[in-house]
Parts: sequence; structure tokens; C-alpha cells
Amino acid sequence: MSGMSNVGRPTRPNEVETRPATLTGGRGLLQDEPLIFELNGWEKTGVDIADAELDASDLGDLVRRDPIDLPGLSEPEAMRHYVRLSQKNHAIDLALYPLGSCTMKHNPRLNEKMARLPGIGDVHPLQPQSTVQGAIELMDQLAHWLKTLTGMPAVALSPKAGAHGELCGLLAIHAAHDAKGDTARRVVLVPTSAHGTNPATAAFVGYAVREIAQTEDGRVDLADLEAKLGPDIAAIMVTNPNTCGLFERDVIEIARLAHAAGAYFYCDGANFNAIVGRVRPGDLGVDAMHINLHKTFSTPHGGGGPGAGPVVLSEALAPYAPTPWVTHGPDGFKLIEDATGVAAQSFGRMCAFQGQMGMYVRALSYMMSHGSDGLKQVAEDAVLNANYIKARLADLMSPAFPDGPCMHEALFDDHWLEGTGITTLDFAKAMIDEGFHPMTMYFPLVVHGAMLIEPTETESKHELDRFIEALRALAQAAKAGDVDRFKGAPFYAPLRRLDETRAARAPKLRWTAPQGSNLAAE
Amino acid sequence: MRFTKDHEWVSVAGDVATVGITQYAAEQLGDVVFVEVPDVGKTLNKGDSLAVVESVKAASDVYAPVSGEVVEANGSLSVTPETVNAEPTGGGWFAKVKMSDPSQVDGLMDQAAYDAYLASL
Amino acid sequence: MRYLPLSAEDRAEMLAIIGAKSIDDLFVDVPQAARRSGTVDLPGFKSELEVERALTALSNKNVPAGSVPFFCGAGAYKHHVPATVDHIIQRSEFLTSYTPYQPEIAQGTLQVLFEFQTQVANLTGMEVANASMYDGSTATAEALLMAQRVTKRNKAVFSGGVHPHYVHSAETLAHAAQMKTVALKAAIDAEAAVIDAIDADTACVVVQTPNVFGTATDVSKIAEAAHAAGALLVVVVTEVMSLGLLKAPGAMGADIVAAEGQSIGVGLNFGGPYVGLFAAREKLTRQMPGRLCGETVDADGRRGFVLTLSTREQHIRRDKATSNICTNSGLCALAFNIHMSLLGEKGLRRVAEVNHANARKLKDALSSVKGVEVLTPRFFNEFAVKLSKPAAAVVEALAKKGVLGGVPYSRLDPDAGLDDVLLVAATEVVTDADIETFKTRLSEVLA
Repeated sequence: MSGMSNVGRPTRPNEVETRPATLTGGRGLLQDEPLIFELNGWEKTGVDIADAELDASDLGDLVRRDPIDLPGLSEPEAMRHYVRLSQKNHAIDLALYPLGSCTMKHNPRLNEKMARLPGIGDVHPLQPQSTVQGAIELMDQLAHWLKTLTGMPAVALSPKAGAHGELCGLLAIHAAHDAKGDTARRVVLVPTSAHGTNPATAAFVGYAVREIAQTEDGRVDLADLEAKLGPDIAAIMVTNPNTCGLFERDVIEIARLAHAAGAYFYCDGANFNAIVGRVRPGDLGVDAMHINLHKTFSTPHGGGGPGAGPVVLSEALAPYAPTPWVTHGPDGFKLIEDATGVAAQSFGRMCAFQGQMGMYVRALSYMMSHGSDGLKQVAEDAVLNANYIKARLADLMSPAFPDGPCMHEALFDDHWLEGTGITTLDFAKAMIDEGFHPMTMYFPLVVHGAMLIEPTETESKHELDRFIEALRALAQAAKAGDVDRFKGAPFYAPLRRLDETRAARAPKLRWTAPQGSNLAAE
Repeated sequence: MRFTKDHEWVSVAGDVATVGITQYAAEQLGDVVFVEVPDVGKTLNKGDSLAVVESVKAASDVYAPVSGEVVEANGSLSVTPETVNAEPTGGGWFAKVKMSDPSQVDGLMDQAAYDAYLASL
Repeated sequence: MRYLPLSAEDRAEMLAIIGAKSIDDLFVDVPQAARRSGTVDLPGFKSELEVERALTALSNKNVPAGSVPFFCGAGAYKHHVPATVDHIIQRSEFLTSYTPYQPEIAQGTLQVLFEFQTQVANLTGMEVANASMYDGSTATAEALLMAQRVTKRNKAVFSGGVHPHYVHSAETLAHAAQMKTVALKAAIDAEAAVIDAIDADTACVVVQTPNVFGTATDVSKIAEAAHAAGALLVVVVTEVMSLGLLKAPGAMGADIVAAEGQSIGVGLNFGGPYVGLFAAREKLTRQMPGRLCGETVDADGRRGFVLTLSTREQHIRRDKATSNICTNSGLCALAFNIHMSLLGEKGLRRVAEVNHANARKLKDALSSVKGVEVLTPRFFNEFAVKLSKPAAAVVEALAKKGVLGGVPYSRLDPDAGLDDVLLVAATEVVTDADIETFKTRLSEVLA
């Protein structure tokens, strides 16, 4: 026989008692990776291109002579650099990412493929409209889906993210009041539980912000709302389902009161995932609502964008929608790019060109895939998953609103950690060691030590159970006094806890050449 | 030294009041990372925002305990904000205000009243 | 449904554990009047193949830039993006992560942002840059409001060379914030005209180089005049590739640079998503909008990065925030970072030189066409020409002949009275044969 040597073949692992630190600081598959500025690539490039055939002598003194200080990498070096960096990130594709109010759901790869079709990804925003009929038609189809799902008559597609959509809604409201000569309305009412973008947006467009109180059961306090509504109120901004993960039972009455006082109802649609295909905001009296395509309609979060925040509008606000508008007639599809003709009352443009086409196509691909039946199932599974988590953790952790169902996210407070010496933050950091991304913490502000868990509909029961078992084990460890596990966590992440005080006291926001090096930092 | 319910302190010399935040407030804020002091010459009404003090995760307004004109501001805090944690009632002062109505000081708490107030929180 | 993992048995089991009889029990808080039976009036579920067919049919109705001689610019440019870029941005860890709120498990994204901020600062010649804005136009709008905060003044003046979409987008926001704006009449080569419009209430002057007509300008004198009057200079750059060849705005006295970064790594995408670059002088850092990533150390003393100076932002400062921006353009910033890392200074300068050379060739070719007059005196990769016929009609006629021959200025600003002005751009993707075809077809159309 041949090939019987067992040299170098795998055998059983040796039993070693101690775990020595590595000599290089490396940790197996987890590679340390310097900044590109530290890889000595000052003379390198990873892009082959022939020299220019004409010089730039015609530009004289406009030509840049000083070094720009941009290093280059060859293609294999670039690949290593970024693959190593990528491995330091948590991602939906790796494990549950239960950030409440962020809707971290699976991102179908069909959507990525569709966004890269040459007729979608490689068309210029200002090509003759005759050469982009399919692109404009795609926008029209997306608009149709969004209007039908929300039961609203109009939609402004161009806002570039949720906060930009809020801005769009308030600008439309501003314009509508102005058109009526109703210029005394200088205040926007916002519940204390609102996302920070709501008051920031209102202030951004010059409104004063006044808060509406919340009831014991986590909803808008109708009496307080009614007392604060008056001739100075331009709009109310209410998230529904709200940031406590609860449906505003009195939402129709909220809308009625706002309208009776001459105000408009802006609904923050960040949590539309809980009701898509099942409840139409148009049936609730909403005047404007943004839809985060990167939440409900699965466009990738990309480490912080790009998003897209189309805004559906009521009949009352539709005339003021920002340009461009999409229309169609006998000659085909058309972008109306200026505030003239049918768009004469538009409040104007919010950005160059026509918005986030790359996100439109992904969202439409997602909607078409699910269809009306699949989207309804999305909402139902998202709500079912959240309630399942709430039910299975209620005996160990303290649900902030234990009575009645939640919608797509389960909110806990830190009441159950009292006396353990462990904070919400400590608990969250220990989740990292167990392989999960922490939930949203300390938001909404109305709940002490808030932990807001949004599983989304794309988690299997198996994954939910894994997550629940991990949280139960951690909760039991916390109650058993295993404090060190929490206080020092995370121990198994690429880095331990970071010194944010140091980062903020002496901000270092860019790489600069070390003292004494011959590379001049400007 | 007199105190407000928002945990500012006032120390009066003539008609000039020096304003800062108390030890309790400095502890509640955690590590102070930035302080925005008012411009000299700014006129403030009692209750206006006099300064902004920031920790990593929070920004808090410091309210003017008295009305008047800012005659001096503690610019060194922009370089060493940690002084607010180290010496809140000393080197961590924010501004000196020439009071337009010195009698406003009489409405503030003295040390004993403030201690009792803290105990009640 | 392929994206929904729960089975009917799972659902039944979970409802039982929750103590609900049916899914409707979980929607009891929805008012009766808004409850619906059945589904909304839209098509049902589709297989992957069916969706791909439907969307490919839409795509096929468009003329892709890469399929014809292509000369459109005006704020969006077709450049060659290395294949590596698109591969890396589709890695799960970058594509399917979110804003790095938990720095211990987001160092990949954070280090990218730190590198991006450094690249943007160095490229623009500024001291600090943020982690991106939505795009160049919204970055410009934010620059106005930042100037208002810094100077406590209330007026912005735009030169006649700033991209009209940028002016309009910024005006929308500025007017809502009770800020006055003055936009000077469209002008090929008159950035310095803003100097005469500066007064005691001017927070900033906004100029663009290369401007919308392609004209490159040394803005140093404008900076001096603005500073002497206590105003800030905002420099807009819509073609960031130009900074590989032209003097940096920071070297000419800019206080804020608002730029479109689409040319590096991102692609055309029919107008979005793009990536806004926002850079400023260090002393203005705390008035900047958007996320900032900073260096620090972890509990073991190892270098790491975090989002910092967050007290400027909406999630902490709420109605006193510097901006309402939350999600920005993270993945496009990554694409920019990768493409720029591949180029390096050496590659960037060379690509920029090729852009300029191709535009010079295009100028020479079009100058020889009867009915064409080149208007732009100094340009990078784009210039304006005056045609003997209305530009919009010429562009339509060219499209029918298989050439995407630039952007009529009237498309951006129909009221400027410049219906005969065409903006044409030539980047490194343009070949000599493309230029020859364009010249021939344009001669036919103008004949």
C-alpha cells in the first residue's frame, strides 16, 4: 500500500491548558489592518491608464502643483485591505440585527442585480427623456405601488432619506398654509417619544417645537394634544406605529382634532413595516408620510445609507409636492422638472436630478417579488416575531408596556436590572459577545433604560429561538450577579469598549503624517 | 454661594455674579467634553441659555440664574473642559454677569436649602 | 414566499405561545374603520425570474450611456469604475450593516469613514470633512445654513455659475429657514461678480469651479473679499475628478467645500444615489452637519474609531441640532474610498489629465463644425458651446442618430434665455472615434 504516512494530517487537537497571546497581535482569521495612509502607497496606483495625449498648459496657474497626499493600492492590496476591514463588521447576513426602528431585514440580492442593469445603473439623469422612458416608467410604477399601499393620492419620490422626507412633508405643509395666507402657524407638536429627526426637522424649517405628553399605556395623550392645538399650530408629527412599538389606537381621532384646528397631520412612516399591506395610512387621516425604502422595502442599509424617503401626500398637500414630477400621456412618460404648468404650486426642488433611482429599483423589485399578498404577510410576520420575543422574555425582562400586543418591535425597560449594578449598555455589550447586534438602547427617551427590539419578518423561528435563548441566559447571569461578564464586555469583539470621551475632547478626524516624517501634512 | 433648582451656582462680588454648575450636576453629566461659553457683552435674561455643556451623549443648557450682561467668560474651558468635572465650583466657572437686578439673588437657595433639595431628589 | 422563513406550523406554534388565537388578535389596536379584509389592489407574488423579466424590460427601454458616444455632464459624469469597487461594496459586511452605533463590531465601516474623511479633506485642501451627505446639492444647502449659524447673518449670494439645481435645492431649504438668497444671472465666466453683492448681512457667497459652464476659476480674490466683509466662502465642486488637476478650494481660501463625489466610484444611476462631500476649516467643526468619525483607543489601548461630536446631531440635540440628517450615503462613501484608494494620487492625476486632454480634443473637433461657438474660456472636462439652433432640439436629434450629445442649459434653467447653449463633457471613457462621430452627427443636425 502507499500513502500511509500520517505526517501533517489532521489528528485530534492537543490539550493545552493556557492560551498564550499571539506574538504579532494577530488573532487567527481576524487581521489587524493599518490605514491606507500607512501602507506606503504614495507612488502606487491600482488603475492602469495611458498618459494624456495633451498637456494642461492651457490652464496655467490653475493647475494643482502641491502634493495631494492620497496613497494608492494595487488591486490585490486593495482587496486584502477591504476584506480584512469587512470582517470587523456585524451584518444582517451574519446574525440577527435587532435595532428597533431601523428594520434590519434581509436584503434580497435580486434587487442588487436589477439596480445594475445597464438601462438603470448606467443612464444619465439629464439624457433626453426619449432615451429614458423605461426609467421614468419605473418611477411611475414605484409611485403606483406606494400610493396604493398607503391609500394616498400622491407621492413625492425625490427625498433622499427619511429625514429628507420629513423635510419634504413639512415644506409642503408650510407651502399649504402660506397659500391660504395662514402664516401665523409657527409651532409643530411632537410627542416626547418621537425620533430626534422630527424636532430637528421642524426646527430646521423654522418651526418652534412643542411636546405632546404620553399616556401611561404609551400613546399620545389626547387631552394634552387637544389643549395644545390652536391657531398657532402648523402640524403634528406622530409616528405610527409609534416608537414604543405600539399602534396609536386613537389615530383617527388625532387626525380629526388636528384638522379641526387647521393643522396638518404628518405621520413618520419609519415603522410602516408593521402595517404594510394591511393598514393604509390614507384611511387614518394622514396628510403626509415618508416611507424609508431602506427599512420597509429592503434596500440595503450600507453602513449608513444611501436611503430613500419618498413622501405620500393627501389631496390637500399634493399640489405643493417638490419637483420633479412624473406624468404620462399619449407621448409617453415625462418628468416635469420645473415649478411651472401643473406643478406651478410646487414648493420647489429638494435636490439635484430626480432622487434615488438606485433605491427605487431595489424597492420595486422587492415589492413585485412579494406582491400584495406577500407584503401583507411581511407585516404579519414582523408583528408575530416581535410579539413572540416579547412573550418569551416577559418573565425575565420587563416589557415597558406589558398589556396588549406590540406591533413590529418589543420594548423593554431596565426595571428588571435594578439592584444588579448592570446597565442597559452593559447588557447590550454582553450581547455582542454572544454574537448578536445589540437592540436600540435608551430610545425612546420616555422609557427608562429602553431596549427596543425589532426582529423583522426575515428571521426564522430557529434564529429567533437562538436569540431568545441567548438573552434569557444573559438575563439569568445578570440576576445571578455575574457582573464582570457585563461590565467588561465585549471581550470577543474585534475591539473592546472604546474611549468616546477621549475622541470627543480632542477630536482627531483625519489621518495626518506622524511628526518627523517627510510627508507634509497640509 | 447661592443655587438654583437646575443646579447652577452663583457667587456674588459687588454687582457681578460668577456662574457655574454644581458638583452634583457635574457628576450627573459624566465626563464633560465641550463647553460653549457666552460672548462677552451678551445680555441675558434670567432663565436664558447662558452656556452649553456637553458630555459624549448629552448636551445640556446652563440657564442664567440672574439677568445682566456677560462681562467675562471662561475661555479656558474650550481647551480643558475636564475642569468642569474636576473643579465645578472653582476653575470650572462659565461666565461673570454684571447683574441688572441684584435682588434676583435673594430668590435663590442657600447651601442648606440646596443640600435639602438634593436630599429630596 | 422566498424571503419569508416562517412556516404555517411555526406561525401556529408562536401564536399559541403568545396566547393569541389568530394574527388578527395582534392587530386589535387598529381602529375598526381602518381594518380591511383581503389584500390591497396590486399584483400578487412573483418569482425571481418573473421580476427579472419585468424590470429588464423596463431597462431595455433606456439608452445606456455606455452603449453610445456619450458627452453628458452638468453635475453627473460617466467615469470608468474598477470592477473591484462593485465587488467590495457588495460584501455582506458592508452592504448589510447599518450606521456604526456599536463601534466594537463596526470597525470596518468606521475605519472606512476615517479614511474617507481624510481623502476628502486632502482632496479639497480643507482641514476636516464629514462622513458624507446625500449629494452635492444637499451638501450645498447645508453649507448655507452652516454659514448662517457661524456668522449669525442671514443672506447667501450665488454666482451665476452655480448649477441651477444646486441653487434651487439650497433656496428651498434656506427660505424655509428664513434665510435670504440672491442668485446672480447665469454667466459663463463671472464668479467674482459675487463680490459686489456682499453686504453686512451676507453670511456666505457661493461660487462653483469648474462652474456649470465648465469654467475653472481661481477664487482666491473672492475669498479675500468675503473674509474682509466677515462672510464665508462656500465653494461648490460638481466634478470632483477636476481636483486631480486643478488647485484645491482650500488652497484658494474656501471656508466650506460642498462637492458631489459621484465621479469617484459611484456611477450615473439616473441621478442617485450619489455622495455629498462636505469639508470645512477646523475651527468650524462644531457647526458642521452630519456624522463625524474620530480616532480613539479601546479598553486595551488599541487604536479604534468611533462616531464623535454627536451632540451636534438630531438624535441628541433634537430641535437644536445642526441638521436633521441621519442616514447619509455610507455605501457610496465606501465606493468613493475604494476607488480613490485604487487610483491614489498618481492615478487620480493621470485620469484627470486624460479627461482634460479629451475635452481639449472635443473642443478642437466641435470648433470646426459650422454653427458651433465655444464659450468657455478655461475648462477641465466640460465646456459650453453656442449653437445655431436651439440646444434641446439638437440634443433630441442627436439622440435619434445614436449620440448622447450633452445637456442643453435650458433643461437646467429654462428662464435664463440661453436656449442655444449646450454643455458638453468628455471624460476618460470617450474615444477619438466617439468624438469623430459626435462631430459628424452634429454637423448633420446643424446643417
